[in-house]
Amino acid sequence: MGKIWEFGQFGKSTAIEDEYGNRMTYDVLNSEACVLAEKIGCRCLVFVLCQNKIGSVLGYVGFINNAIVPVMVNSHLEEGLLRNLLATYQPAYIWLPKEQLELFSGMKPIHKAYDYVLLKTRYKKEYPLYDELGLLITTSGSTGSPKLVRQSYTNVFDNAQSIAKYLKLDSTERPITMLPMNYVYGLSIINSHFLVGATMLLTDKGLMQKEFWTFFKEADATSFGGVPYTYEMLDRLRFYRMKLPSLRTMTQAGGKIIPELHEKFARYAEETGKNFVVMYGAAEATSRMGYLPPERAVEKKGSMGIPIPGGTFHLVDADGKEITEPRTTGELIYEGKNVTLGYAECGEDLAKDDERHGVFETGDMAQFDEDGFYYIVGRKKRFLKIYGNRVNLDEVDRLIKGGFEIEVASAGVDDHMYIFVTDGKYADSVRDFVINKTKLNPAAFRVIVIDEIPKNDSGKTLYKELAKYYE
Amino acid sequence: MSNLGKYNLAFMNAFEISEDQLTGLKYQDIEAWDSVGHMQLVAELEDAFDIMMDTDDIIDLSSYEKGQKILSKEEYGVEF
Repeated sequence: MGKIWEFGQFGKSTAIEDEYGNRMTYDVLNSEACVLAEKIGCRCLVFVLCQNKIGSVLGYVGFINNAIVPVMVNSHLEEGLLRNLLATYQPAYIWLPKEQLELFSGMKPIHKAYDYVLLKTRYKKEYPLYDELGLLITTSGSTGSPKLVRQSYTNVFDNAQSIAKYLKLDSTERPITMLPMNYVYGLSIINSHFLVGATMLLTDKGLMQKEFWTFFKEADATSFGGVPYTYEMLDRLRFYRMKLPSLRTMTQAGGKIIPELHEKFARYAEETGKNFVVMYGAAEATSRMGYLPPERAVEKKGSMGIPIPGGTFHLVDADGKEITEPRTTGELIYEGKNVTLGYAECGEDLAKDDERHGVFETGDMAQFDEDGFYYIVGRKKRFLKIYGNRVNLDEVDRLIKGGFEIEVASAGVDDHMYIFVTDGKYADSVRDFVINKTKLNPAAFRVIVIDEIPKNDSGKTLYKELAKYYE
Repeated sequence: MSNLGKYNLAFMNAFEISEDQLTGLKYQDIEAWDSVGHMQLVAELEDAFDIMMDTDDIIDLSSYEKGQKILSKEEYGVEF
């Protein structure tokens, strides 16, 4: 396995700038990454507790470029879930922000750099790692199941290269972070921009904070990526009136944006000479699978576009037969080198090889039009995207049943989850429980008390009958 | 209801908190006041006082006290 990035070729160019005025050149990133990797000295598993900070990025690229396998988790992950993940995979090291050191008082710090610390864990067992395994990441937000996506070095490199190609990235780009780097979309921005020698602008501030926009303007940010909810917030901020001359490109992924907003941002981009790029992807395909070329953004609103360079889409019907007629719904299948190896659910799974062989059944129901542009129309599986995070409804039900031993069924639409219970006295505690497990804003969750959870004769929950309560 | 009452209620609705938690409350002090919560708060305030807030004021609204100052400005004319 070779290196993903050749930092040396960009030498004294700036790789990273943060909101506090710190800068790091590619040369320094390269040498600091090597120092960090040498402290470890062998191929093994490292948990990275991610923030949009220099230390976090340094750790990530240092590990992956030196055959050390990072497990990317949010530094704000609920402690119980984090400990569960650690116990499941038993990493040899943890790379974490220094202010979180107290969580692991029994472990020994062996290296410090840029406000991050490397801890040696005390797990006795080390699980064998498949040779091509490059990194492990959760499926875009999670209710705490230990399930991780196994991405290979080829996956990461190929997807980054494809993204750089269709977005026409070059070294003058200055993307500002709006998404966490433990989220595949956020990570893909780092991966693709480091291939071309661009400058990452790092901030943990959000778009509702003045500091974010001050940094944006002072650092001349050229692009950002957002989930559908980001664009709703930008709309509310009357983003269209802001003066952002440095901005060139806005990308959108992480769920389907409502067509009205799609059109609004596409028109804004057209009028101001910027690009608005709707994209489609999944952690199981490393990150990106489709994109809507910006020059077609207005005309094809509601579409997620065409396959990325190197990938192909096709649709299959319920019998597995390929659909050839436009505007016919079928399951979307993607093929490409960025289709990941598979999942890991326990330490032993880290030794598994490629289980997908370049083919990914997305679980999304889609159609294509006469020009070959794809439209997502529904989902085969029971999950919602809440603020861009995938939340598996069956898993939520299972967690609640486990925690409370009550009857429950959850349902809803993107950004709005409804949890149905039959015993009103649990309403508040169930809601608090789900908010705490998902770490998502409470505004997305509502509990509805009903007399009985609708079920068929064989005891299967009839989720469709719940829709009348929220549609 | 008094303007202060309406103002407090907007915070209490947006973040699902009680009145005694309001004094000194700042962005990200509580989990509910993140970017999503901030949008809820702005929506509540705009509804309560029938105003449209400027972008600069929305992103400047970083605490309970700061919000009062912003709404007291001439263009919104809310007196506390």
